[in-house]
Amino acid sequence: MKRLIFACILTLVSVLPAAAQEVTDTVLDNGMDVVVIEDHRAPVVVHMVWYRAGGADEPAGKSGIAHFLEHLLFKGTDDMEPGEVHRVVAENGGSNNAFTSYDQTAYFERIAADRLELMMTMEADRMRDLILTEEDIKTERDVILEERATRTDNSPGALLNEQMQAALFMNHPYGTPLIGWRHEMETLNREDAMAFYRKYYAPNNAVLVVAGDVDPDEVIALAKKHYGPLEPTEGLEPRARPLEPVPLAPRRMTLTDDRVGQPYVIRNYIAPSRATGAQEEAAAIVYLSELLGGSSATSILGRALEFDQKLAVSTFTGYSAEALDLTTFTMGVVPAQGVTLEEAEAAMDAEIARMFEEGIDPEQFERIKTRIRANDVYARDSARGLANRYGRALTTGLTLEDVKAWPDVLQAVTPEDVLAVAEKVLQPTHSVTGYLVAPSLAPSLTPGGEEEVGQ
Amino acid sequence: MTHMIRALFALLILAVPARAEVDIQEVTSPGGIEAWLVEEHSIPFVALEISFRGGASLDDAGKRGATNLMTGLLEEGSGDMDSRAFAEAKQELATSIGFDIYGDSISVSSRFLTENMDASTDLIAASLTDPTFSEEAIERVRGQVISHLRSRATDPDDIAGDVMAAAAYGDHPYGRYLGGTVESVTALTRDDIVAAWRNAIARDRVYVAAVGDVTPEQLGALMDKVLGDLPENGKDFPPEVAFDPEPGVSVTDFDTPQSVARFGQPGMKITDPDFFAAFILNTVMGGSGFESRLMDEVREKRGLTYGIGTYMIDSDYTEALMGSFSTVNPRMAEAVGVVQDEWRKMAEEGITEEELEAAKLYLTGSYPLRFDGNARIAGMLVSMQMDGYSVDYPKTRNDKVNAVTLEEANRVAAELYDPDNLRFFVVGRPAELEPTVN
Repeated sequence: MKRLIFACILTLVSVLPAAAQEVTDTVLDNGMDVVVIEDHRAPVVVHMVWYRAGGADEPAGKSGIAHFLEHLLFKGTDDMEPGEVHRVVAENGGSNNAFTSYDQTAYFERIAADRLELMMTMEADRMRDLILTEEDIKTERDVILEERATRTDNSPGALLNEQMQAALFMNHPYGTPLIGWRHEMETLNREDAMAFYRKYYAPNNAVLVVAGDVDPDEVIALAKKHYGPLEPTEGLEPRARPLEPVPLAPRRMTLTDDRVGQPYVIRNYIAPSRATGAQEEAAAIVYLSELLGGSSATSILGRALEFDQKLAVSTFTGYSAEALDLTTFTMGVVPAQGVTLEEAEAAMDAEIARMFEEGIDPEQFERIKTRIRANDVYARDSARGLANRYGRALTTGLTLEDVKAWPDVLQAVTPEDVLAVAEKVLQPTHSVTGYLVAPSLAPSLTPGGEEEVGQ
Repeated sequence: MTHMIRALFALLILAVPARAEVDIQEVTSPGGIEAWLVEEHSIPFVALEISFRGGASLDDAGKRGATNLMTGLLEEGSGDMDSRAFAEAKQELATSIGFDIYGDSISVSSRFLTENMDASTDLIAASLTDPTFSEEAIERVRGQVISHLRSRATDPDDIAGDVMAAAAYGDHPYGRYLGGTVESVTALTRDDIVAAWRNAIARDRVYVAAVGDVTPEQLGALMDKVLGDLPENGKDFPPEVAFDPEPGVSVTDFDTPQSVARFGQPGMKITDPDFFAAFILNTVMGGSGFESRLMDEVREKRGLTYGIGTYMIDSDYTEALMGSFSTVNPRMAEAVGVVQDEWRKMAEEGITEEELEAAKLYLTGSYPLRFDGNARIAGMLVSMQMDGYSVDYPKTRNDKVNAVTLEEANRVAAELYDPDNLRFFVVGRPAELEPTVN
């Protein structure tokens, strides 16, 4: 009987018009931000707690502590046994995990909507009452060292990226690897973890995002009950990291490794983010990335290098618009067999020069605009994706208004905006260019004699 | 009004555990093609999933990689469109069409706005029924495939997978990577590509699901348009093959700081009456994220790895229990020992009542969470059809999990888990790990 009623109501809800994703927000008395996104299509909820603390907030010499602490948060508290969060979530049929970035650390659970309060109980408990033993530290430090080996040390491409970021950011902590430098990770201890924890894991430094089949009033009431009593960290200062000086010289490097099967050239430029510049500028860079390196068959680099000149097997660009400070614009070429990295790089630069000379194809610009607009429709299919969007924005210096305005800002971009921002971003002195090569290929592929090579 | 329904809804949720309440309709097109449909009109787009059984397992002898290369060419020109025209048309419509190849299937996953349904499905129809396979595109995509094969050749994870496949399956298509080798892909001709297309893309092996803003009538018409002109029959499917490598530990030398290990033993068919018992055992062993014996023993207690998992492989023509992890060279021998001990413990002692209950709670509770988003549901509906399930499967699946008793689970543990038949494939330079087989 109950199930029958349930099914009927589900049908009714599903035919309600697109009010499916309404967003409600508030701030608790202790400073914790709360965002609720409604999506009633399935009886499921995503519960996320985001901290405005990440790898770029670490003290000098303690690289990796933000990420290490994220692992340690699954140990015990005054009320929970070690591993209890995982166990309780699994027993209730949910899934959970956490991630650390440069600007934020987030903990999340996906679970049946009626278990929301249980998730809040646990997440609130471990915001202030973590207990760490020396044994926890020792074992989990081995785990993060294994993680570094898996992600970075076993992958020459990841090693090159690490070296390039360190060269690109001369002063800002974005140049320090998020996972940590191995020699510093090996020395991270309990005091380091607890100091970072006590300072940053606090309601006035956190954002709660709940998305799914929930009533906003009920969520806010539950948030007040569980997160409301938590003590804020007094005197928490605004986040101010060391800023970059004006870069004066292009930087280049070659990483040579036996494990390289396919060489490539990659270049990173310093670029403004949605938070550092105007959102309008970041929006124009989104288009620049799509125009230069979106789909192979239609992008500038793909058309020229893969289709017309047959110099590349693939070309790519990348831009992450969400960062508290300056971010990175990336482009690169995987050369075709028999093509040197110098030739590939020269061809890439020639196409950028040509874009400035000839301008932007208005038809291609319109296609990209159409696709970006449609992404708003598709995005509504994922409550998790929307929750991420809000959480990431609110921990990288953006406001709810910025998030709501972003689709319109994207639609207002013009080809002239793109060229103007390209001129600003694509400056050689703001860049690091990296070659990834195997030793047998190194002699003919190393640029300009600045690296030592065999033979 | 809205608010009242919401409040009522929330109350009911508290009383009823989450269930996979998708309302699946079976649709047959005027032309006789069948599909599963979930109508979801609240967002104006459709996810359409089409899958052809067979995939890379249909490669002709000596032509490993032909089906993969062919699949990569389906978006590179068809009818009067070249690669660029096809890509531009997709962008203008804001449609995505992805062609993916697997060991046993080729999938065509698309997403389009309701307003662009006709034009989008025209594109899918052209790509499947009238691909150009121009020499220009063949050479270009061949270059991409070979580049990918060169990258794989120095990736320890990929090497481990290839070593395991070769030892386990020998000359069966499963024995070699589906992308082929540099040699086999270099030798492929346009005729080979066309043959691979005729082998793989046919009506006798197609499965379809749609989720979103589409009616049964619209779906029927679009299926006839997209699939109606395909040939009736494709190539015969390959024979069954047993997972049958020599047990023991092999080491493939590779200079890298962290060794990669894969391990496996024969498994169980999804149609076996004991499948759900085995499924629960695998969940306890290494299948449930953080709450498994192997995660606990290898990661939580000893810090030997970042992650370890086990999987029940239920391919169309073989079945196996497999797992994988990585650990730094000096500690690989210890980690292999821990996995061997856990395998023996499972065979000899089975699982406890508490573990059984915890696994059931996890599996039954997490199942409804999988029905998350139109595209994901469409993919699941196609998988269910290919596994031979009926439309009521999502509503009965949890009952099958709950029906497994401790006695049954432990009988299956003793029968299935075979520590003496477990094979490890290690790639790296592990210290003090003596290979027992080549």
